[in-house]
Amino acid sequence: MAKIAAEDIGKRTKQEERRMMWHSVKQNKACYLMLAPFMLFFLVFTIVPVVMSLPMGFTDFNMAQAPKFIGLSNYTTLFLSDKIFVKSIRVTIVFALFTGPLSYVLCFLLAWLINELHPKLKTLFTLIFYAPSMAPVYTTWQMIFSGDMNGYANSFLINLGLANSPIQWLTDANYVLGVTIIVQLWISLGAGFLALRAGFQNIDRSMYEAGAIEGIRNRWQELIYIVIPSMGPQLMFAAVMQIVSSFTAGTVAQNLVGFPSTDYKAHTIMTHAFDYGWVRYEMGYASAICMILFVVMYLLNKLISKVLSKYMD
Amino acid sequence: MAQSMVNTEKLKASNKQAGRKIGGTVAILVFLIVLGLFMLFPIYLMIVMAIKPVEELFIFPPKLHAINPTLNNFKDMFEVMHQNRVPFSRYVFNSVLVTATVTILQCFFASMAAFVLAKCKFPGNKILNSIIVVALLYQSNVIYIMQYIVMAKLHMIDTYWALILPAIASPMGLFLMRQSIGQVPDAMIEAAKVDGAGLFRICWQIVMPNQKPALMTLIIFAFQAAWNIQSGTVVFQEQYKTLTTVATQAASAGLARAGVAMAAQVFVFIPPIVVFMLAQRQVIETMAHSGIKD
Repeated sequence: MAKIAAEDIGKRTKQEERRMMWHSVKQNKACYLMLAPFMLFFLVFTIVPVVMSLPMGFTDFNMAQAPKFIGLSNYTTLFLSDKIFVKSIRVTIVFALFTGPLSYVLCFLLAWLINELHPKLKTLFTLIFYAPSMAPVYTTWQMIFSGDMNGYANSFLINLGLANSPIQWLTDANYVLGVTIIVQLWISLGAGFLALRAGFQNIDRSMYEAGAIEGIRNRWQELIYIVIPSMGPQLMFAAVMQIVSSFTAGTVAQNLVGFPSTDYKAHTIMTHAFDYGWVRYEMGYASAICMILFVVMYLLNKLISKVLSKYMD
Repeated sequence: MAQSMVNTEKLKASNKQAGRKIGGTVAILVFLIVLGLFMLFPIYLMIVMAIKPVEELFIFPPKLHAINPTLNNFKDMFEVMHQNRVPFSRYVFNSVLVTATVTILQCFFASMAAFVLAKCKFPGNKILNSIIVVALLYQSNVIYIMQYIVMAKLHMIDTYWALILPAIASPMGLFLMRQSIGQVPDAMIEAAKVDGAGLFRICWQIVMPNQKPALMTLIIFAFQAAWNIQSGTVVFQEQYKTLTTVATQAASAGLARAGVAMAAQVFVFIPPIVVFMLAQRQVIETMAHSGIKD
């Protein structure tokens, strides 16, 4: 018989632990059965492609030949010799700083204000603010910011006497980023906004009544003491959505100010990845770019969920 | 002083409206209308462009309305779509099939999985929960290639499966439902368990009826995503293309089709709006009274 060390007494052996685990898996059979349909499709069409794409950043892959392992050289090139990438980091940060927090606050503020209205008006305003997410019409924005006198913005400014000659909104390096940010904000009341609207609808009406009895005096107090504490999960959802949409923005700029934009002023990291992936077919390099972006978003998400959970409990 | 006395007295009433001033509501309304006009302007322009005759599109100064509104752009769009080898009704059928299947299955599967992930303790729960969030954050353009390879290996290219199956498991939908179901008091589920209900029944008869706002929101997302699936990259035969794909194709032929392009955008925009209105009304009619609080 094997000797048992004093500190091991009362601890389970590995084998016992495995058996316990297996037992609790069997006990929770129903859970796994209910998860199965989703997880099957999730595994095949998300997990497998993601896992397959993870090592791509360490390879040279042009889609015609098999990927060739090149170690960290994609990453060293990115940070040491790709000047446009370094520029795109700055653009992405500026872009995310302007659109992320602002659209997050807007999502919450508007969802809350709408919640104060008559039901018919609620539907109407929710539709108005969400509509851009359903029809992101870059073509009409191009007409609004068109560089000739035909553009709505220019003809408006000239008629008012605020400008003498048409402004080249979409090609002037001074305006490119600003215009892109405005349009990005315009379409940013998307999934997070709707989720928050649904969350507001889920708050028990009697909570407000109880609050009024206990001396809540105005809407702001109601917001801080009743609304925010009961909206934690939705606030978290909206935060993730807003991180993703503000950091991976690229389509707005590409559709609006062209690709590449003047002086790379609206060139985000995602645009850079698009450039290498779909224009130059350097998929390995594009993967490395996306990987860096993912790490940044992941860390930011960790930070935000820590901050949010501190306020929620 | 006197006013604050009146105010406190008002507040004593359990009516939620007690603390509200009419001025505040008016200010909110004005703010929402101003911002709403800004949001609506480009969409309004899109609709105006769609009903403008071609010669009006490029006049100076630009007009905010159509002088001679016409439906010719829509007629042209349908004509272009009719020129294909496949009858128009086939595209309609494809779109309905793909959108309905994806929406229904996505909502059904995501709700069930979300319930289990939010409310059951079992080995693997924590890992799966964090994988969902990581999947949302991992945005790489290489994934599409890998997805294509997977689909090719499964012989799905150029079939309906290529349009339907990849869209079913949306991590965003699961995350949304999980967050919302997490708010259901555990006591409610425990009570149902004591009464002898199985997990499946608890999910659909106890939890989901209380999740109308989240489920309706999920329906909006799922429908919108499914309706906008661009079939061009995974399906090459005309007979499997969806309405959205064909409308976009009809629009992409340069300046001469600028009017058609606008008409196509308006046309593609209509079904999501209708679904949005129907679902959102359900959300707003919900009055939460779960009766149990933690």
